[in-house]
Parts: sequence; C-alpha cells; structure tokens
Amino acid sequence: MKLIKLVSALMLAGLLAACSPENVKDGDDAAADNNQQSQNTDGAQTGGINGDGTAGGTALGGATVSYEKSAINDVNNVLAEKVIYFDFDSDQISAEYQELIAHHGKYLAANPDMSVRLEGHADERGSREYNVALAHRRAQSVRRLVLFEGVNAEQVTIISYGEEKPVALGHDDEAWRLNRRVELVYEAR
Amino acid sequence: MLQMSVKKILSIVLLLAFFLSTAQAALRVEITKGVDGAVPIAVVPFELTGNAVNTANVSDIVALDLQRSGKFLPIEKNKLIATPKDLEEVNYKLWRIAGIDHLVIGKLKVIKPNQYEVSFRLIDVFKGAQVLGYQFAANDSSLRGISHHISDLIYEKITGQKGAFDTKVAYVTVERKQGVQPSYKLQVADTDGYNPQTVLNSTQPIMSPSWSPDGNRLAYVSFEKRKPEIYIQNLYSQQRDKVTSFKGINGAPVWSPDGKKIALTLSKKGNPDIYILTLATKKLKQITKHWGIDTEPSWTPDGSELVFTSSRTGKPQIYRVSASGGSAKRVTFEGRYNASPEISKDGKTLIFIQGEGNVFKVASMDLQTGYVQALTDGPLDESPSFSPNGSMILYASTDKFKGVLAAVSTDGRFKQKLVLSEGDVREPTWGPFRK
Repeated sequence: MKLIKLVSALMLAGLLAACSPENVKDGDDAAADNNQQSQNTDGAQTGGINGDGTAGGTALGGATVSYEKSAINDVNNVLAEKVIYFDFDSDQISAEYQELIAHHGKYLAANPDMSVRLEGHADERGSREYNVALAHRRAQSVRRLVLFEGVNAEQVTIISYGEEKPVALGHDDEAWRLNRRVELVYEAR
Repeated sequence: MLQMSVKKILSIVLLLAFFLSTAQAALRVEITKGVDGAVPIAVVPFELTGNAVNTANVSDIVALDLQRSGKFLPIEKNKLIATPKDLEEVNYKLWRIAGIDHLVIGKLKVIKPNQYEVSFRLIDVFKGAQVLGYQFAANDSSLRGISHHISDLIYEKITGQKGAFDTKVAYVTVERKQGVQPSYKLQVADTDGYNPQTVLNSTQPIMSPSWSPDGNRLAYVSFEKRKPEIYIQNLYSQQRDKVTSFKGINGAPVWSPDGKKIALTLSKKGNPDIYILTLATKKLKQITKHWGIDTEPSWTPDGSELVFTSSRTGKPQIYRVSASGGSAKRVTFEGRYNASPEISKDGKTLIFIQGEGNVFKVASMDLQTGYVQALTDGPLDESPSFSPNGSMILYASTDKFKGVLAAVSTDGRFKQKLVLSEGDVREPTWGPFRK
C-alpha cells in the first residue's frame, strides 16, 4: 500500500518535473514601457503645440508654477516633483507635501484629458500583504487631496506594490525613507 | 558556497554544508541553533553496487533530513564505529556502548543507468532488532523523493509523528540585475531546497502563494498585467485561471481547509477588507467592513473562523472573526506590530510576525494561555507557515540581507537556514502531506 502511494507520489513528482515554466508574456510589460515612453513623447509634443509654457507664475522657492498641459514635463515646474514620502507604517501626508499634491490636483483639474496613476509603495519592514494594504492607503491619501481640487475621479487610478518595488535597495533608514512613497505617473487619457 | 559567512553566524552550534555533485541547485543548509536533546542516530553510508554516476546519495539525504528536523543528531560519517551493510553484520553491543539508540543501514543497487533499487533497515539497538525495513524501485528523478520518504518512515517510527520531508515548499524568488527588469519566479521545491521548479516567471511582482489542501494547486497574486490579480494554477496540468481582478488590491489568497473557498483581501470598495470567495459558484462574501486595513486572512483548522491583520486600532494587530462575518475579536495585545497570522492544525498555537523598532521576528502565541514567545531573532523575518506535521515553522529570513528560507522548531529550540544560490527568496509556504 505504501509502495503504491509512493509510486503515485513519484509519478506526480515526475509530472511536476516535466512541467515547463509558464512564461508570462513579456509583451505586457514591454508594451507598458513603450506606453510610458510614448507618453513622455506625447507630453513633449503637446508642449510644442501649446508653445506657451510660461503662463502661471514663479513660486518663491524658484520653481515655476504652471498648469499648462506641457508643464508636467517641465523640470523647472513645481509639478516636476512627482514622489510623496511617508513615515513608517503611516498613510498620513505631511504638511510639506500637501501643497505639492494640491498643485498636481490643480493641474489635473485644468487638464481633464490627463490622468495620473498613483503607485503606492512601502519599505521592506513588516509583512508583505500588510504593506500592500498600507501602500494602497498611502495612494488613497494622495488621491483624496488630488480630488479635493475638483479633479474628475476617473482621472486618478491607484495601484499598490507594497514593498515589492523598492527604488533604494539598501537596508537602512535612508533606503527605507526613499521606499515609503507614492509615485505620480501621468498618462494622456 | 560555504564562504566565510560561517564565522558571522553567532549562534552556530552545528554547521553542515551539503553539496550536490550534479549541481542542479547550489544551496547551503546551516543549522544555526541545535538542540541538546536531539537523539543520536547512526546513518551508515549505504552500500553502493553497480556503476553509479552522479547518483543522489540516499544516506546523506536521510541523515540531513533527520538532522534538519531538530530531533535527531546523526553521527558524523568519519566518527562511525562500524559500517555494517547487512543485519547480520550489526554488533549490537558495540553500538550500545557508543550510546547510539538507532541505526540505519541500507543499499543502493544500480541495475542499469537510471534504474535503481534502494533498501533500508532501521535497527533499534537496545531491542537488538530491525524495527522497519523497505525496498523501493527508483530512477534518477525519483531517487531524492524516495530518500525523503525513507526519512519520513524513520522519523515516524521513532517519534510517532508523521514525517514531512517528502513534501514540497513553494516560494517566490527575485533577481535584480543592473539595467534589466527584475525577474520574479514562483517556485516549488523539495523541503531541502532541491529540485526547484519554476511555476511562473514574470518581470512584475508575484506574491502570496497558497497551497490547495490537496497539494495540486497554488493560488497566488501576480502583477503581470501591471495590476494585482489572483490566479489559481494547477501544478501538474499547468491550467491557470484568473480568480479575481477587481479594482484595487487583489491580495492574500488563502485556501479554506476543505479546498472549496478562498479567503482574500480586496479593496474594491476603497479600503482593504477581507472577503471569502466560493470557488465553484464564484460567490463573493464580504467578511470585514472597517475603515482600517484588514488583510492577511488565515483559516482556523475547522474552517469556521479567520484570523487576520488589522490596523483598526492604529497599528497592525491580529484579530479573529467568524467565517460567516460579524464582529472581530482582538487576539494580540503585546507589542506594537503583530501581523501575518497562521493557526496550527491542532488549533492551539498562533504564529505571526512581531515587530519592535526595526526588528521583526517570528513569534508564537499559546491560544489557551495567551503566552507569547519570540521564536527567531529577526531582523527581517517574514511569512511564517507551519510544516504539515506542525513540528516546524518555515519563514523568510535574511542572510547578509539576502532573502533565504529558514525554519524553526515550534518550540523555538532548533533553527536552520536554507540558502539558495539564486536571488532573494521570500514568502515560503509549506505544502500539505502527499495524498
């Protein structure tokens, strides 16, 4: 009896060995990357058409404040900052980022044909699925402030990666600080 | 493979490096904490007859299995007082004097290439008799499995508890290389890390594998479509079904003990809550409704309740709730960060991750007394899961910040690390007994 059990177990093992890995189509990711590239190109092109990137004003800190469509790709514009950082195990947005998020909200309100994907992230400490939920709530916190500026809800989507996509690969306070973030990824709708 | 890291591991009582000559998987097993009460056992190298080339070393596999259980202390090969091959050659008096209770002898006969005959005998030295003996037919692909099966038989005969060596573990590996997309792999391997099979390969994250109770399928989260979705994949037929793809989080799938349902986390209403999906009907039932985070569900063994992680008091703590919904009851009170719960098959012990400052350890709680005990030292331990016989806890740990598989005995007295050569290893989960 034991032998029969064993034989069947071994057959299963053999089958398992025969399984070739199911490859996820790289196409999806490659396509996503291309989109991102073309999106940047689109942004630049649109900027060329609009021509006038100087509307708005100059913030005291030196960064330009413009909600022109092309402004999203202007490295001197206040919108160039597209990452919001958080404290450990917190989804609270600190005062320093509230103004930045408001700028992004105003930009989206002024450009209803643009949309933003809020990508939530966590540092590596703690459990992984909890970090997915935590990073989701971070993105939600950003979304709430963005929508406060009168943005159409359809313009803002959320994806949480938890701790799965760190930008800093270290294992110290500095790396953790950089990884606790929400990235604003813009796309033309 | 062995390297200098040896010196750096503080609590080494024993170190055992183990190499596979065919090098299909370079790995290193470190027993980082031994147990005084481990039973000495002599596993005599099996007699090899015929022309064997690169054949798995059955007696080495058995000895390492028994050692990895924490309950046995196999005598080093060069310290064996004798190497009998047959029952008639055993000098019981000699072994009794040496204080060896149990002796394993055996033979591996090569009939022709890729066709073997393995036999072993377990001898009780004090009884002066064989207490177990079997013979198996094997080939290259089955020989390691048969070796683990032999370990299971020996383990059960001596301890009275079913062995779990001839089972599988699933885990996720990640390799990051400069300039290229990271490579995420969902893998299934033997419990000693050998025979890794890639079940899914992606440039996007893979998370939270969960075994079906029959051991044939895995549920997991894949971000391959640039959003989290839950899939169920049959490991043998390779059939793969997308189970959920709601807006927001689709996470933390866990099979119910009867295999008919999956508990999971969804945020389709905005906030992460626990749901139960009935697989046959695709019926979805919301179990928790709270403004805080509710995630990481795990079933009680009878399937009547779920334990889960919730931030409803501000910090993650563990709660339990009826699988038909209703109000949740808080389970953990010690410490500011308690997450990733799992309940033992006898329903008596809760294991989870306990965080304090930057240190995250595997901890256990006696559910009758509420007594909490840290089982590991951290600093970044994650994803604890019980072995099918409940004697060990498998978890993800770090070795010089490389993600490794680790295991600790349920009482915390025995620890080991399994360092795979490829990438970071995370989210290990121990599969069920073979049916």
